Amino acid sequence: MMKPLLIQGGRIIDPSQGIDGIGSLLITEGKISWLGKGEATPPQPDYAVLYAQGLIVCPGFVDLHCHLRQPGFEEKETIATGTKAAARGGFTTICCMPNTNPPLDNQTSVEYVKSKAASEGVVRVLPIGCISKGREGQELAEMGELASAGVIAFSDDGEPALNSHLMRQALAYSHAFDLPIIDHCEDRALTEGGQMNEGIISTKLGLRGIPNAAEEIIVARDLTLAQLTGSRLHIAHTTTEGSVDLIRRAKEKGIKVTAEATPHHLTLTEERVIGYDTNAKVNPPLRTERDIQALIQGLNDNTIDIIATDHAPHTEADKLCEFDLAPFGISGFETALGSLMSLVHDGELSLVTLIAKLTHEPAKIIGNKYVRLGTLAIGASADVALFDPALEWVVDTKAFASKGKNTPLAGERLKGKVMATVSQGKLVYKDESITVKES
Amino acid sequence: MRTTQQIKPMVPPTTSIWQHHHILDLDDFTLEEIELVFHTTQAMKEVLSRPIKRVPALRGKTLITLFYEPSTRTRLSFELAAKNLSADAVNLSASASSVAKGESLVDTLSTLQALGADIVVMRHPRSGAPYIATKYMEASIVNAGDGWHAHPTQALLDLYTIYKHKGCLKGLKAVIIGDIMHSRVARSDIWGLTTMGVGVTLCCPPTLLPAGLDRQHHHLPSVSIEPNIELALDGADVVMALRLQLERQQSGLLPSIREYIQLYQLTEARLARAKPDALVFHPGPVNEGVEISPAVAHGPQSVINEQVANGVAVRMALLYLLAGSKKQ
Repeated sequence: MMKPLLIQGGRIIDPSQGIDGIGSLLITEGKISWLGKGEATPPQPDYAVLYAQGLIVCPGFVDLHCHLRQPGFEEKETIATGTKAAARGGFTTICCMPNTNPPLDNQTSVEYVKSKAASEGVVRVLPIGCISKGREGQELAEMGELASAGVIAFSDDGEPALNSHLMRQALAYSHAFDLPIIDHCEDRALTEGGQMNEGIISTKLGLRGIPNAAEEIIVARDLTLAQLTGSRLHIAHTTTEGSVDLIRRAKEKGIKVTAEATPHHLTLTEERVIGYDTNAKVNPPLRTERDIQALIQGLNDNTIDIIATDHAPHTEADKLCEFDLAPFGISGFETALGSLMSLVHDGELSLVTLIAKLTHEPAKIIGNKYVRLGTLAIGASADVALFDPALEWVVDTKAFASKGKNTPLAGERLKGKVMATVSQGKLVYKDESITVKES
Repeated sequence: MRTTQQIKPMVPPTTSIWQHHHILDLDDFTLEEIELVFHTTQAMKEVLSRPIKRVPALRGKTLITLFYEPSTRTRLSFELAAKNLSADAVNLSASASSVAKGESLVDTLSTLQALGADIVVMRHPRSGAPYIATKYMEASIVNAGDGWHAHPTQALLDLYTIYKHKGCLKGLKAVIIGDIMHSRVARSDIWGLTTMGVGVTLCCPPTLLPAGLDRQHHHLPSVSIEPNIELALDGADVVMALRLQLERQQSGLLPSIREYIQLYQLTEARLARAKPDALVFHPGPVNEGVEISPAVAHGPQSVINEQVANGVAVRMALLYLLAGSKKQ
């Protein structure tokens, strides 16, 4: 049996319980067993101590949107490397999209991912099942069987559910399992051949543009169908001011919608593409400063419920080509917190809001069906992230645990670094500077 | 650079203003650099007027033309320019090489680097491809057209041709007519003309106008938009017609070529709205009877053949300037 671990003297922030203060946290047998304010020490004497002075101690991050690539694309990422990367980013629960090969449109594939995650994963992996058989957008996948296999949502992510009839039925059918439909909102007729945000920069670079309207049209349609069916809709990677407005109005009307934004869409603009950096090629594309401001406002007024990484690893060879030929995607786990902290340092977002959007809020969307997530409540799974809000570091993709080195942030200085991650009671990542001592 | 000494006196003593190891786009050229290209081109025209049109400025240098798209004018004019400067010019065309066997662009570039090219002239159907070359090669990269993005040497020869006829470019009015959205020539001409103080009017169906230039989101103050060709041509000094790819109709951007001809063809009657001494340009190859009437293409105001002739001298000037540059 593992010795209890005391995380001592950090600033504990847990939005699920409204906690923000210096204190200590005891982990026993994989659960949070004691939480003490100030310099209080736990009742029992025998434990190891992790000194957290100067660090933020919060629930481990919950990512509702990532790509682990296994099965089928193991050269890009595996469940082993992807979960290690997640741990380095402070994530303790990650929900993987079903666009694998074969896709997660059947119980066997979902069981495969779960068993790989159990044997090789270092953090909790919750699979998302397909909306349609083969992700082909034609017939519903066996959603009931997928639900009993343990998927936490349905999505054909990477592809939009373009057929409105299918989308309506998916929303209606999933109601029986109280699981959300996550849509990748993209009107393909408007984005065919598109490479980046449409605007003066796409014109200057001679690249085919992707207009905001391509996203907003499908967001509007999905909101209408969510209203029609009364079912739960989650909008993946929201990027435009217009989408934020549509979602805000839908929430005012009582439509059951939640929405996410990614760290890259919240911090980077289309200007990153200048010079044809294929690592800045992502779908939906990086937009403009105006869109970023709308997304931040959306986070602050709860129009945008959560932040999700859309971690999308690719090999270096995949991205080492003409811009038009490169695949879309950014490897996001290991830079998420560092990039997002720039919003806190710039006064755009409070630290507590940021943590809520990474912990308690995504946990609410997943629900408590499997395990209580995104909280440091006594008895909850000991999933904890520790980070230094002010430490500056340089992004070195060679040090990434992810196979995906595809980030436009390579070589950049970020302020805010994950220092340790505890997943289900185990210390799964720690920075060299962190020491753990016997008491 | 011993061999360049022999023509150095012809070039004004301002080569230090030349900042380019590569020529990728015109948006980072200054007015002074473009004027330097004009002056160097003048010197090259003098070389071309000699009975033996050859100087040893690039002797011992290797120039490779790497073309992933068909081209007549541009490639020929680069090869002639290189030979006139005594460089060894080798041509690699995509279909004949291992590119046809599926070799990636990066592999091809690494091979050329290993073979020791000094200058690589590259045409590619994908925007930005020459930028990849700058990362994998020591050689100077000259963009001879990439996707919709840029065709800087074409724009420089257009600018030089205007300069030859008009002397001063500042204050002139240029009209670019046609498929601007898909035209690398139009983009490079826009940057070059505006840098030189030329007012630019774009005239095209709104479906062929690139993003960021429409009425709602106008980002270039020195560029105006006029979809009516008669109004656009009023008082113009320079008129540029662009090639219309016939597949634009299939992709739903135009109702028909017939209607395009009715609304946008450069005809004698329409050209009469421009100044009497207005010059007519076309980057070639011309669809006669589509974007331009045969009478205008071959008429007294057309400088289409002169553009081709100036192309050799302008490219000699650029190769000469690049040979003296250093990698930054």
